[in-house]
Amino acid sequence: MSGNERHTLEIRGLEAAVEGKQILFGVDLTVSSGEVHAVMGPNGAGKSTLSAVLMGRPGYQVLGGTVTLDGVDLLALPTWQRAAAGLHLIMQYPTEVPGVKLDDVLAEALVSRGRSANGLENLLRAEAARIGLNPDLLHRALNVDLSGGEKKRNETLQLAVLEPKFAILDELDSGLDIDALRDCARRVEAASNAGLGVLAITHYSRLFEELKPDMVHILVKGRVVASGSPELVDELERDGYAKYLGPEAEEAAPTKRSSLDDLFAL
Amino acid sequence: MTPDLASAIPGPDWLTERRVGAAQRAAAQPMPQADEEIWRYSRIEELDLQRFVFSPGAVVVTGNADCESELLESDPVAPAPDVFAEWNAALSEPIVLRTRRGQVIEAPIVLEHSVAEGQATFPRLVIHAAADSEITVVERFRSDGSGAAFVAPVVEVHAGQSARVKYLAINELGNDVWQVAHQLAWADRDSSVSLSTVALGGDYARVRTEAVATGQGSSTKQTALYFADGTQMHDFRTIQSHVAPRTQSNLLFKGAVKDTARSVYTGLIRIGHEAKGAAAFQTNRNLTLSEGAWAESVPNLDIETNDVRCSHASTVGPIDPEQRFYLESRGVSPEIAERLIVLGFFDEVLEQLPLPAMAAQLRARVAAKLDGVAASVAGAVA
Repeated sequence: MSGNERHTLEIRGLEAAVEGKQILFGVDLTVSSGEVHAVMGPNGAGKSTLSAVLMGRPGYQVLGGTVTLDGVDLLALPTWQRAAAGLHLIMQYPTEVPGVKLDDVLAEALVSRGRSANGLENLLRAEAARIGLNPDLLHRALNVDLSGGEKKRNETLQLAVLEPKFAILDELDSGLDIDALRDCARRVEAASNAGLGVLAITHYSRLFEELKPDMVHILVKGRVVASGSPELVDELERDGYAKYLGPEAEEAAPTKRSSLDDLFAL
Repeated sequence: MTPDLASAIPGPDWLTERRVGAAQRAAAQPMPQADEEIWRYSRIEELDLQRFVFSPGAVVVTGNADCESELLESDPVAPAPDVFAEWNAALSEPIVLRTRRGQVIEAPIVLEHSVAEGQATFPRLVIHAAADSEITVVERFRSDGSGAAFVAPVVEVHAGQSARVKYLAINELGNDVWQVAHQLAWADRDSSVSLSTVALGGDYARVRTEAVATGQGSSTKQTALYFADGTQMHDFRTIQSHVAPRTQSNLLFKGAVKDTARSVYTGLIRIGHEAKGAAAFQTNRNLTLSEGAWAESVPNLDIETNDVRCSHASTVGPIDPEQRFYLESRGVSPEIAERLIVLGFFDEVLEQLPLPAMAAQLRARVAAKLDGVAASVAGAVA
């Protein structure tokens, strides 16, 4: 994550399906070191599919397109080698792994990157203090019995320790209280200032109060329909996604209220 | 195996009489068949006892100086749940450990059994823990060289009022050895008994473990870690029996099968009408690490009173792909991810074993087995 090196993550024409149903219809995005790209979109736009496909989560099929990191074809690599190559995923719902301790996993993760696990304990303690994670959790089973906030602090701590070239934040802000959100967003912002490229996938804009995007992309129905400057975030905050949903969505929008809504309208 | 063998073993007349009686009952019984419920899923029909020659076996005992004893005519006689336990009663020369009232034996007593090719052995350990005493015993079963052998060990635990007894059996037998083992424990008032098993070895290795809470306020715990690979089979039959009020039993059995290995767990919680306020918990979890591996888990309840707390949980399945993906997304290779997850799975049992130092050693054995290193090689470097 040295500020001197410049890396490029390039997504070209990415098409993907889940359980035989196509979700992504040709996504194009390019992220360089030190940049923060926001990917925003309504529910069902394909945001989680995008993060899953980039990391190689089982159950997703790539139908077309390419993803490269400095020209290396990431889609041809198994998940662990994508991570070792410098791609990191902060999960929306971090998986509980009973009996497997955070420090043991990070030690193995460092070794697979050709880095030494010596000094990991000190690094973990320093990052835990910085991110506001209870240091007792460093030696406990991954995500087991953690609160939503602790899970995301833990995810952010792993990002900080592993120092990837690019991070995908899949709804980092979901399930997070205001303090935890600020601490996590600030840590990612600091990493970005030190050279980390960020793809921040989210439904809401509150993440961007601390993590400043350089570019905003709007994902609708598996395509990037608009890209622009950070002001786009404010526009979405004000006007919502309606403008980008197209005529089909307007047709599909409810034209009459249900009886329950009528009751509340009284 | 014949009754003549039983009468030839030296001992007082009352004991010889008991031995011969057991031998006659054993000789009169047919060999078990897999269509009997208690032998269901087993490989018992493959066993040919005639292949083996009776041997008194070889055992080294350390740490027992304070409580070495002998059988007494007045000691309770343990029942023999099957023909192998009956042969054990007939042919064993038991090691008897007897604590004094209030005696606390801090260091574990260790029995190291060595089973040689072609032998049939029937080791027996009897623990009499007097009131308010404390004792920990580890029994380790290993093979002396390679080759087929048969071992049918029995351990009897009699825990007196408020006594604390911990027992751990470690099966590191060779891959051609058959084992049919029995663990029998009776927990008197306010006592606690823990029966643990770590099974790594054997061709077919069965343990029937029965813990009976006989005195009110007593508690029993049964734990096991089992890991079979190649063509091994591990077979567990567990009984948590409550016959007194306010008794508690906990059971945690965790196993893994790899290659074409198999495992069976059948567990029974039995709560008698006199066991009001009893609490019984049973958990059996199994990981199938290969397509060709097979595990069965069958929990059963037999409850005769309403005033009980009871739960059982049982699972069989491969490693959760989400857990695997999570570790791989951190940059951990699939092989190491699997190793971490399986060791993490077993840690819950290892952490509950009576001896932390031994737990670390056993964890290393499990890791070596996961990596496909032969048990004998791992044994040599440990």
